Amino acid sequence: MMRCPPFRYLAPETAAEAARLVAAHGPGAALLAGGTDLLPRLKRGQAAPDLVVGLTRVAALRRARAGADGLELGAGVTLAATARHAALTPAHRALALAAGGAATPHVRNMGTLGGNLCADTRCGYYDQPRPWREAIGFCLKAPAGCAEPAAARAGEVAGTCWVAPGGRRCWAVASSDAAPALIALGAEVTVCSGEGSRRLAVAALHRDDGRAPLLLAPGEVLTTIHVPALGPAWRTTYWKLRRRGSFDFPVGAVALAVRLAASGEVLEARAALGGVASRPLVVETDALLGRRLDDEAVGAFAEAAVAPARPLDNTDYQPAWRRRALREAVAGALREVRGDPPEALGVLARAAARVLPRA
Amino acid sequence: MEHAPATGRTRALRRLLVNGEPVDVPVAPHETLLEVLREGLGLTGTKHGCELGECGACAVLVDGVPVLACLTLAVELAEHQRVDTIEGLADGARLHPLQEAFAALGGLQCGYCTPGMLMTAKALLAREPRPTAAQVREALAGNLCRCTGYGPIVEAVLAAAPHVAGPAPLGAPAAAEARP
Ligand SMILES: Cc1cc2nc3c(=O)[nH]c(=O)nc-3n(C[C@H](O)[C@H](O)[C@H](O)COP(=O)(O)OP(=O)(O)OC[C@H]3O[C@@H](n4cnc5c(N)ncnc54)[C@H](O)[C@@H]3O)c2cc1C
Ligand code: SF4
Ligand code: FES
Ligand code: FES
Repeated sequence: MMRCPPFRYLAPETAAEAARLVAAHGPGAALLAGGTDLLPRLKRGQAAPDLVVGLTRVAALRRARAGADGLELGAGVTLAATARHAALTPAHRALALAAGGAATPHVRNMGTLGGNLCADTRCGYYDQPRPWREAIGFCLKAPAGCAEPAAARAGEVAGTCWVAPGGRRCWAVASSDAAPALIALGAEVTVCSGEGSRRLAVAALHRDDGRAPLLLAPGEVLTTIHVPALGPAWRTTYWKLRRRGSFDFPVGAVALAVRLAASGEVLEARAALGGVASRPLVVETDALLGRRLDDEAVGAFAEAAVAPARPLDNTDYQPAWRRRALREAVAGALREVRGDPPEALGVLARAAARVLPRA
Repeated sequence: MEHAPATGRTRALRRLLVNGEPVDVPVAPHETLLEVLREGLGLTGTKHGCELGECGACAVLVDGVPVLACLTLAVELAEHQRVDTIEGLADGARLHPLQEAFAALGGLQCGYCTPGMLMTAKALLAREPRPTAAQVREALAGNLCRCTGYGPIVEAVLAAAPHVAGPAPLGAPAAAEARP
């Protein structure tokens, strides 16, 4: 039986108290939400906190509220509840697809939206049991085998990267499904510390560093995800590439949101890629503004969108295939939002269609 | 608020409602529900496969919802939380319709995935008494089976559905309301 290493456990009733507990304890403390990211890491010996602060008793984190300005989802709302939330409109389709297509039904019943945004980056050389990693030599994401909390090791470089040997950075992959979707929808989050709270864009939550991807201070607790109400002129979608229709993390993903004029011209657009860098990649969309989504615009945008993607050999599938397939996915997602019928969207769309929420 | 300095190995008694029976079980903070069920309570019907969330063999129902026992810390369950495992599925010697259908239609071969499949299917039928084949496949998308090829499993769930007592169909007189 794979077991978690022993730790102390506390279950405060407010997010502020949780933040204070973690801050007071220092680097050895870890927050726990649904546990579907943290528990596997504990069992693989990637983390060994001596204090785990559970968020299950923080009732406020499980609330969801819909208002005129949009939807406020508590960080503890599960992926399953997010995907089928009654207040999601057709314009929030990207989020329903991303949350409803992550992992498996069981994991979505447990895993939370906040945990999804804070989940660790992934790498085939790292997401292995400790003896496996020890046998090839620990990599620089966890030079001593076990990763210290992000803040303690920011800046320090030691060990080898098995993906890019000789390099001085970790290329572990941002694998959250919800993050790119929330970025495309223009969502923000509130995080609270013992002292107060601040609000920031989901797009500003991560940095491109596989070892410490999260831009939260130790002890900051993500409390709320603010999803703006998007008018009916907004069309959004999320396409995810993976080997199986279930279980698998994205090996490439695109979330797209466009606001179209009645004439078909793009008035506003936002896009983000998942699974091809150590953070969700925000895509430059200015080239679409004022244009109709004809085939030429679609092709040019898809080509430009994947240019900054850096798929490396640390997930399923070959990097070159991932880049090519992702370009097709970006083009397909754009054709979907411009209104092409599902049967005209090709084989990648059929993979995405497996996770269409029930109408 | 008092933060008791537990050592991490200290087990404290927790009362759970396992298959309808209240049980007091010692739980250490780092122990999963899977360890507590199998080792603490001797309920070995819930299987351990990957122990990392990647197979569904350990699926049980917490408050009727299918979750993975291998990724659930038992200490996070509420006092008196309802936990249903495969041991509670049959009614004494009478098999549950899902079990009957799995046996009759070849829904299992080695049987290792079966407890997780059955419990997940049970939750589906409680929520969706007459599911389509697509809904069955979707609900069981977190349960791996390396023997059957899934076809007979989906068939078995569909065949069992009409025999599982579900909530009264829409429009039926609400019997409960007639009672005092
Ligand atoms: C088999 C399997 C398949 C998976 N497939 C996918 C997939 O396809 N797509 C995908 O996106 N994910 C996938 N996941 C990962 C995971 O299930 C999700 O990311 C999930 O949403 C994590 O949420 P959680 O509540 O379980 O997080 P936890 O494990 O509880 O926490 C994750 C991390 O976030 C921190 N954290 C949690 N909540 C907060 C908070 N409120 N404030 C600050 N920090 C916090 C924790 O300290 C921890 O470091 C998969 C997991 C498994 C086991
Ligand atoms: S990308 Fe390199 S350093 Fe990062 S986890 Fe993988 S092997 Fe380790
Ligand atoms: S043993 Fe829990 S999912 Fe495999
Ligand atoms: S019957 Fe053998 S794994 Fe499903």
